[in-house]
Amino acid sequence: MGIQKTNPLGLSKADYGGAKSTLCPGCGHNSISNQIIAAAFELGINPSHVVKMSGIGCSSKSPAYFMSRSHGFNGLHGRMPSAATGAVLANKYLKVIGVSGDGDTGSIGLGQFKHMVRRNLPIVYIIENNGVYGLTKGQFSATADMGQTIKKIGTNELPPIDLCLEALAADATLVARSFSGSSKEVTELLKVAMHHNGTAVLDIISPCVTFNNSPDSTKSFPYGKEHANPLHDITFIPLAEEIILDDYEESNGHGRSREVQLHDGTFIRLRPVAADYDPTNKIEAMRILEEAHMNQEFLTGLIFLDQSRQSMTDSLQLVDKPLALLTEAESRPSREALQNVMALL
Amino acid sequence: MSLVEVESVPGQQPATFEIVNDFSIVAATVNGSGSQTANNVLVRAMFKMGIPVTGKNLFPSNIKGLPTWFLIRVSKDGYTARQDRAAILIAMNLSTVAEDVANLESGGVVFYPDDWRITFSREDLTYYPMPVKDALKDKDIAPRLRDYVENMAYVGAVAQILQIPLETIRDAVSYYLGGKEKAIALNMSVVDASYQWFQANVAKRDPFRVRPMNGTDGMIMIDGNSAAALGAVFGGVSVIAWYPITPSTSVVDAARDYLALLRQDKATGKATYAVVQAEDELAAIGIVFGAGWAGARSMTATSGPGLSLMAEYAGLGYAAELPGVIWDVQRVGPSTGLPTRTSQADLTFTYFLGHGDTRHVVLLPGNMEECFECGWRALDLAEQLQTPVFVLSDLDLGMNQWMSKPFEYPSEPIKRGKVYDAAALEQMKSFARYLDADGDGIGYRTLPGTDHPLAAYFTRGTGHNEYAIYSERPDDYVKNAQRLARKHETARTLVPKPVIVDAPNADAAVILYGSLDAPVREALDILRDKHDLNLGTMRVRALPFSREVFEFVSRYKKLYVIENNTEGQLAQLLRIEIPERAADLVSIAYLDGLPFTAAFVVDRILEQGAL
Repeated sequence: MGIQKTNPLGLSKADYGGAKSTLCPGCGHNSISNQIIAAAFELGINPSHVVKMSGIGCSSKSPAYFMSRSHGFNGLHGRMPSAATGAVLANKYLKVIGVSGDGDTGSIGLGQFKHMVRRNLPIVYIIENNGVYGLTKGQFSATADMGQTIKKIGTNELPPIDLCLEALAADATLVARSFSGSSKEVTELLKVAMHHNGTAVLDIISPCVTFNNSPDSTKSFPYGKEHANPLHDITFIPLAEEIILDDYEESNGHGRSREVQLHDGTFIRLRPVAADYDPTNKIEAMRILEEAHMNQEFLTGLIFLDQSRQSMTDSLQLVDKPLALLTEAESRPSREALQNVMALL
Repeated sequence: MSLVEVESVPGQQPATFEIVNDFSIVAATVNGSGSQTANNVLVRAMFKMGIPVTGKNLFPSNIKGLPTWFLIRVSKDGYTARQDRAAILIAMNLSTVAEDVANLESGGVVFYPDDWRITFSREDLTYYPMPVKDALKDKDIAPRLRDYVENMAYVGAVAQILQIPLETIRDAVSYYLGGKEKAIALNMSVVDASYQWFQANVAKRDPFRVRPMNGTDGMIMIDGNSAAALGAVFGGVSVIAWYPITPSTSVVDAARDYLALLRQDKATGKATYAVVQAEDELAAIGIVFGAGWAGARSMTATSGPGLSLMAEYAGLGYAAELPGVIWDVQRVGPSTGLPTRTSQADLTFTYFLGHGDTRHVVLLPGNMEECFECGWRALDLAEQLQTPVFVLSDLDLGMNQWMSKPFEYPSEPIKRGKVYDAAALEQMKSFARYLDADGDGIGYRTLPGTDHPLAAYFTRGTGHNEYAIYSERPDDYVKNAQRLARKHETARTLVPKPVIVDAPNADAAVILYGSLDAPVREALDILRDKHDLNLGTMRVRALPFSREVFEFVSRYKKLYVIENNTEGQLAQLLRIEIPERAADLVSIAYLDGLPFTAAFVVDRILEQGAL
């Protein structure tokens, strides 16, 4: 037995683990749970400061399967954003990891999803997107491919909702898409999202091995493996790491690497894979999503980042102390204050 | 108008008697014409003269144009309930004047604009045409303000005829216009013109007048929604989420004003609170429970349709044991119902809100002081019991003007309930969120963010064991359900006890709740003084019923359960809990959108006959 690796908090990766998953073996969601564990461990995030919020569905069960040292809240179908909003208002220092699915976000919870995005609630909002309802045995979700046929269910006649486009339309400040099988990319995107001050929407195609894994489905493993087409090679650079300027010169014929600094001083490095792509241009972001849809391409990576909008907690001008921890003296006005109000009535 | 055959000019002679400080006024106006300020000015002026007075606004679901009535009850005896018939009509709405005049008490008075081409047929009334247009003449009034200021003409007329001093009117105008001198001067110029014209040209021919007394010494005047908001602010509320809905909106409006005044951190100017307008009521209550779960004292305010939407989260709050306060300022349902009319018809819906076996804690304030007290106490109870706490007010309490004793500062320190912090966890080997360590059904919780490896637990609406681990085991389910039942029993001991007035030697008693306090109190006096009928009374102030409720019922042979709904919901709940007395619990239930009158209560009790 070797010495267990620990992060700056002195915690091992096992300290970020959760209960044994009860999802199907091979489920994409389990990969994402592991990627969350890796990202939080590598970033040295204190699990006590994390809350895991979810709605209902297979995806929403998964917070039980990572980071047992973090409080969890498995609430109502499609209503996680409101509970997360309340939690953040109570304690703005909580790091919220929200886990949702395509049914939870794209159908029953579309309203709360868009209003959360609109408010720019600080949250890592992960959509484990498999195009299908698993717990109720295989109905199409709102992100299912048009024309797709599933035995027993039939053919889906409706166009899919693109949740990245929905997020952009609601003025999202971070939008990314990835594939649960692209471990490194998901982990790096999670790290970026965890350092973003606002709503980070990660739409992660996460195949359902039981109900929607036929190679012609765009939500399947074989499809993802073959078609996942990264916009760039993304690396999160924490504060501790020195940025080597030489990297700026590196080029692979598709333009230079981009470095984007986040509000907390950390960096994202984006190395172009094919054509250069600027994730701070919203029009471009919408265009490539529409084009990818028309061309049946599966683009992955950081699609959009806007650091100009205030987060919800910033715009509320809250005191430094979490509202949850206010003392009686800080939260109940004085006897004199009541007398003064009474005198006015 | 065709109501009339004869142009009559009754009341030519001065009245030979006086009716002092004991009558109702109705101002019939057009919604959106800005009459609210004029009406409030009259109420406040009389209140400041020491005369007990109440103002009730009967308004339509409309921004502009539909008829609206404002009822002012002036009562030297301190009665505050609505009266069926007013003595004095301020007629400012031509489209309703026929009905308004027909509804007046015999011997009553009608004020109306003198430019109406109208004749009145009732000869038992005194008519005072008011030179409304003349009062505005030659005044520099912006056209958009003319309709608003026009109402001040009737303030001047009524003040002169009823003998309210102009200076008192001026103080009230100043109060409602926030001391803005220009606006005060403009409004008072119209009041003055009308007052002076009446003084110079009109001989008083009716018996009604007010006279200063000391019936309101030390009292305040407020509406229940403001009282609720103030109570919550003094209860340390820190997160409010809401979605606008009549008649609850002014709870949050008032809370926002009071929070801005009282809850800014002095050093930094930053807020010790957050108020969020949600996208719907379901999101509002989600925010409330998220905040409550994470340790902030949180509340929302809504009305029936909003409560319907909240049902989903109410069940989660009950199952996952989340603190949060929900004010339901009741209006008439079902569905959209009568959105601007009062009712008490959400009682059983609220008590059982949610699918599965669900029973909630529900507080039932009956006056302004109790609205204030429920404001802070509900926040305590929610955290003590770790469960949603509902407060059922209604439109009558919430949006109307009531006299009250000044509110008492909370008598108890803030109660945060059972919470383990990191230091407590340090002494422990394991933490079981839903373990009934104290036998009262209430577990210990930890707040997210607590820096200790034992702190975390998994909150869920799904079945769980004491360690908050997912479980579908029958024994875990039953154990949890039994603990929740124990918690409900604990709630019985913590909620406000009923207000009981026993009548010695009486066989019958009245049971009521909420805003029926005012009409029932007056009715009981009438029954005692005029019908020699003494009844015990119990005003229930919470669900679940506390021990005192059962004891009270056991002391009487017959119990009239009076409530402002159609189905007799409180009677239903009492019969469920005291089935052996079901036949003795007589339901007197009625709902038509109007606040009850004492006369109605008297009639309905008398028609029950002798025991």
